[in-house]
Amino acid sequence: MAAPLKLVVVSAGLGKPSSTRLLGDRLAEATRRSLDEREVAVEAHTIELRDLAVDIAHNLVTGFPPPGLRAAIDTVVSADALIVVSPIFSASYSGLFKSFFDVLDNTALIGKPVLIAATGGTARHSLALEHALRPLFAYLRATVVPTSVYVATDEWGAAAGEGVEGVGTRIARAGGELADLVAGSPPHPVTRPSSATDTVDEVVPFAEQLAALGRG
Amino acid sequence: MQFGIFTVGDVTVDPTTGREPTEHERIKAMVAIALKAEEIGMDVFATGEHHNPPFVPSSPTTMLGYIAARTERIILSTSTTLITTNDPVKIAEDYAMLQHLADGRVDLMMGRGNTGPVYPWFGQDIRQGIPLAIENYALLHELWRKEVVDWEGRFRTPLQSFTSTPRPLDGVPPFVWHGSIRSPEIAEQAAYYGDGFFANNIFWPRDHFVRLINLYRDRFEHYGHGTREQAIVGVGGQIFMRRNSQEAVREFRPYFDNAPVYGHGPSLEEFTDQTPLTVGSPQEVIDKTLTFRDSFGDYQRQLFLMDHAGLPLKTVLEQLDLFGEEVLPVLRAEFAARRPAEVPDGPTHAALVARRDAAAVPADAVPQTS
Repeated sequence: MAAPLKLVVVSAGLGKPSSTRLLGDRLAEATRRSLDEREVAVEAHTIELRDLAVDIAHNLVTGFPPPGLRAAIDTVVSADALIVVSPIFSASYSGLFKSFFDVLDNTALIGKPVLIAATGGTARHSLALEHALRPLFAYLRATVVPTSVYVATDEWGAAAGEGVEGVGTRIARAGGELADLVAGSPPHPVTRPSSATDTVDEVVPFAEQLAALGRG
Repeated sequence: MQFGIFTVGDVTVDPTTGREPTEHERIKAMVAIALKAEEIGMDVFATGEHHNPPFVPSSPTTMLGYIAARTERIILSTSTTLITTNDPVKIAEDYAMLQHLADGRVDLMMGRGNTGPVYPWFGQDIRQGIPLAIENYALLHELWRKEVVDWEGRFRTPLQSFTSTPRPLDGVPPFVWHGSIRSPEIAEQAAYYGDGFFANNIFWPRDHFVRLINLYRDRFEHYGHGTREQAIVGVGGQIFMRRNSQEAVREFRPYFDNAPVYGHGPSLEEFTDQTPLTVGSPQEVIDKTLTFRDSFGDYQRQLFLMDHAGLPLKTVLEQLDLFGEEVLPVLRAEFAARRPAEVPDGPTHAALVARRDAAAVPADAVPQTS
């Protein structure tokens, strides 16, 4: 039997408990259900950025990740699929969420299947997903599924309205899209450099470097 | 094994007094530190090159020429010489002149420089950093080895029938190190030429530099310059010592907490755990420095950063005295005892001349010893 697919949730929620974490868990569960139907085994991990906040700040200052953050980065980079969830603060993702992706190497997520999601006080902020998170992951050249999931506070207690899908339906659709994407991609993508201190192993022979300058 | 210091040449406020040295004081302090390094028996003094405040050493050969006149023995080097934004023709001329004046006590370390605006200030583009380092060094290498050079490249005016003067002392160019914090291309470049590779090893965890050095060693052997164990490796380090550990930590903490590069970040304890920084007793410095060999293999040059973050000159000179009395003799003996015979010692002009002469002797004239 093939190794289980590695599904990693990155949650930037700050509360304990956190509705952002809750949304991440529900999206992971929906993705797992959808992969179960295809008889694809899943191993899920969750990374709470709250626990890494100080490490992330240290990495910004020193240029290298302390051990705890290093492990989290390795988990994210080796994932087969990512679910990333941020609270919306001041019209965009939170600073903590952005800082985590800032300390990854900008090639670390190329081709990675990603589901983007966010929580916020009211539905008025929902397009931050499309205006902030989607361009961020487009820049990183990740493959983002079409459905993004935003959940406002009051939606946790609301049924589907007229012409409006309920939270559960959106979560199930997004999880299904991520499952489709990941089940169709080769398992365990090629390892790429995961942080600024991790770009050592590839070497271009010197003759090629000279030839590129017309000096071969 | 060669031991020495490398200085960044920063002008930084002493956080314990609020006093900032003048540029004049800092420049004179750098000279005093170089003279002290020779006095305590160190082998190398290396200065950085910078073209923006708060750094003073914009003109390394001027400073090193002055130090050369006031010293007898110590090797004068750089950490680093900007191969991207300096004209390689001027580097060839300046360092050959310095090499003559210092009777061969000169080598230099190539670096790209990581201050963005320096590139446009000198008419270059930082995105071309690696190609500049490769092309400029190819020209420098040729200028020191070929009497008459015809040259055409992407980054500077072509040369027709150009001779760089003075020619290197005894026809042997200064030894060159290539320093890099993160680029495998530079390790590859150093290996290709059989030059030295220097791992700064101060701000980042050691495992990162282990990988760069291993790459350099493998490629050094690949290009036929010797075995991977014979590759010429230099390593940085950063220390602060007092006779007892608690005193060292107490005194260095305000400097660490406010240091320009990593200040206001991780704690002193976290940073010493995760990077090669040692703050403690002479014995702790000895113990930690010896572990570098376990990580990097036998290497040829160990440079320490000792005069940054606003430490007053007096403190730096005390550090060097303590280093000379208690650390240097032990490290010399320990590294020498561990180094296998086939691993070369640190590069000197005399050794390079001897190697050139040995290579020039016809094979049948070499006495057979086995």
